[in-house]
Amino acid sequence: MAIGKVRTGTYGIIAEFTSPADLTAAAEAARDAGYTQMDAFSPFPIHNLHEAVGMKSTGLSSMSAIVLIGGIIGGIAGFFMCWYANVISYPLNIGGKPFNSWPAWIPITFECTILMAAFAAVFGMLALNGLPMPYHPVFNVKRFDQASRDKFFLVIQARDPKFDLDTVWKFLEALHPREVIDVPW
Amino acid sequence: MPDQTPAHEIRPVTQEIPERFIPVPTVEPGHTFASVTDHISAIVLRKKMPFLWWVGLAASCFGVMVLTATIGKLVLVGVGIWGINHPIGWGFDILNFVWWIGIGHAGTLISAILLLLRQEWRTSINRFAEAMTLFAVSAAGLYPALHTGRPWYDFWLFPYPNTMTLWPQFRSPLMWDVFAVSTYATVSALFWYVGLIPDLATLRDRARGNVARVIYGMLSLGWRGSAKHWFRYESTYLLLAGLSTPLVLSVHTIVSFDFAVAQLPGWHATFFPPYFVAGAVYAGFAMVLTLAIPARKMFHLEDFITMKHLENMGKIMLATGLIVFYSYCMEAFFAYYSGNNFERYMWINRVSGPYWKMYAMLIICNGVAPQMMWFRRMRTSTMGLFTVAMFVNVGMWLERFVIIPTSLHRDFLPSSWGMYHGTRWDWGMFIGSMGLFFFLLFLFVRFLPMISIFEMRTMLPEAQAHPEGHEA
Repeated sequence: MAIGKVRTGTYGIIAEFTSPADLTAAAEAARDAGYTQMDAFSPFPIHNLHEAVGMKSTGLSSMSAIVLIGGIIGGIAGFFMCWYANVISYPLNIGGKPFNSWPAWIPITFECTILMAAFAAVFGMLALNGLPMPYHPVFNVKRFDQASRDKFFLVIQARDPKFDLDTVWKFLEALHPREVIDVPW
Repeated sequence: MPDQTPAHEIRPVTQEIPERFIPVPTVEPGHTFASVTDHISAIVLRKKMPFLWWVGLAASCFGVMVLTATIGKLVLVGVGIWGINHPIGWGFDILNFVWWIGIGHAGTLISAILLLLRQEWRTSINRFAEAMTLFAVSAAGLYPALHTGRPWYDFWLFPYPNTMTLWPQFRSPLMWDVFAVSTYATVSALFWYVGLIPDLATLRDRARGNVARVIYGMLSLGWRGSAKHWFRYESTYLLLAGLSTPLVLSVHTIVSFDFAVAQLPGWHATFFPPYFVAGAVYAGFAMVLTLAIPARKMFHLEDFITMKHLENMGKIMLATGLIVFYSYCMEAFFAYYSGNNFERYMWINRVSGPYWKMYAMLIICNGVAPQMMWFRRMRTSTMGLFTVAMFVNVGMWLERFVIIPTSLHRDFLPSSWGMYHGTRWDWGMFIGSMGLFFFLLFLFVRFLPMISIFEMRTMLPEAQAHPEGHEA
């Protein structure tokens, strides 16, 4: 049984397309018609489709910033670790070299930078995407298992201010989909 | 109409294009999104595996048992069961560690560097090569962990505040190694897993059994292929490739510092980092070929891993092999030009001393054999490529043998000269680590898609979305 609030009603209306070109055209048509709360699903990344479904982001911006911050933290932490251990906490005289022999710590600083940047990239991506999320209303549509094979889907959500069951249904029908299906919560 | 003729067709063709200028496709024509998906996922989702797969799994499982037995003996008795002695304190343990970690380099090179260089042919071999990297690094990691003699104290290598108030010595190349190899293993695993997520979703949707569906479903993290997710996913993948590129170059550089920072003739050389990195790429591509040629036959993947892939790998093997051979020549030149008696003696002893056979075989395997790759006939024959790759696998092992024991065994004073031979426990652990590597690889091809399905879809002509050409 579901824990917490059980939602009923319609999540949205989904249309199935057979080619990436159809999906891109449909998403652009929906955007031009004024719909804002929608999403497109495809078995592989399609260039610029995220902009058609209303994601305001250009280039690598948000992910790059996260990775940069992760890398800077990793680099500073890695260097600090070496410096603190070998200068402050446990200084050892190695061949009469100065305690603060920083060039010897560059390899470890570099590795820590990469490690933290990579963690930031992966966990940042998952967090921004809201994953892991084993349940999602679109999985209620039986045909949706084809979204990971060779079919393309466009969903217009019920929370869209312009959403009206009959209008949206007719609008999607007019885009020559293979099928239009409603998505229950 | 003449004004619509594409520019490249305006020039009249005066002669037939020779066959060698016609590009070989990276995917054989006639495939669709559905056929690519079904073909690759069927390898994982089918009930019966080929007989050869069972034979391979059984043989490699035997190797794992040999490994377990040798580790058991090592833990009970200590490193005295190995052939190491004075003056040769480093033997098979570091030799095999460097050999395995070198093999691992091809995976990241294929998935990261070739991605950044927009080499599209990498798509059908990257997943397989990344898995190979992970398993090679696992096999490599065994050796430094076990050579300490008391592996249950290995956690002392990691910096943590402890009751002994001790810290690791971060100026030591061996500590750099710990960080380089563990970072490499972690980032490779992350890169591999991120690449797998959309394919795990495909398997979740294709699997018939409930257990498979739940396991793949959990591993796929609920991936649904949303356009917004794909956008961040692609950025992340590109960024990870950008991070892995300097990482992969740094790892073997740091491994080479284990030698180069020591003040020993034969090790103390500034050209070691590029020499080691080139050798790693060389060994890695040889191992990818060694594995890909039988695998494409066993699972009928000739449509996806075409002759173009194999030929390109042969070319990379030739290029890196030439760098490696150049390094051998430089080694001789530096010994001569240094004007240092010990440096010169080291090289003369390497070539004509008690281990001269090793050096001669090294030159045959790494100097002569890759020259076969100059010939197109050899590059486009699976037998030819496989044979050369086997020579390289052996040659790279010999290279590390030549670097490690032959530099150590004639110490500065003749009174401390010695000889080194691996004992049966050394060989047992080496065979065992190969068993572990192949065992993991056989399980990988059984349970995960060995070719990236979603990236293969993007390679197909129908993946090109042009809404302008769409007639509504």
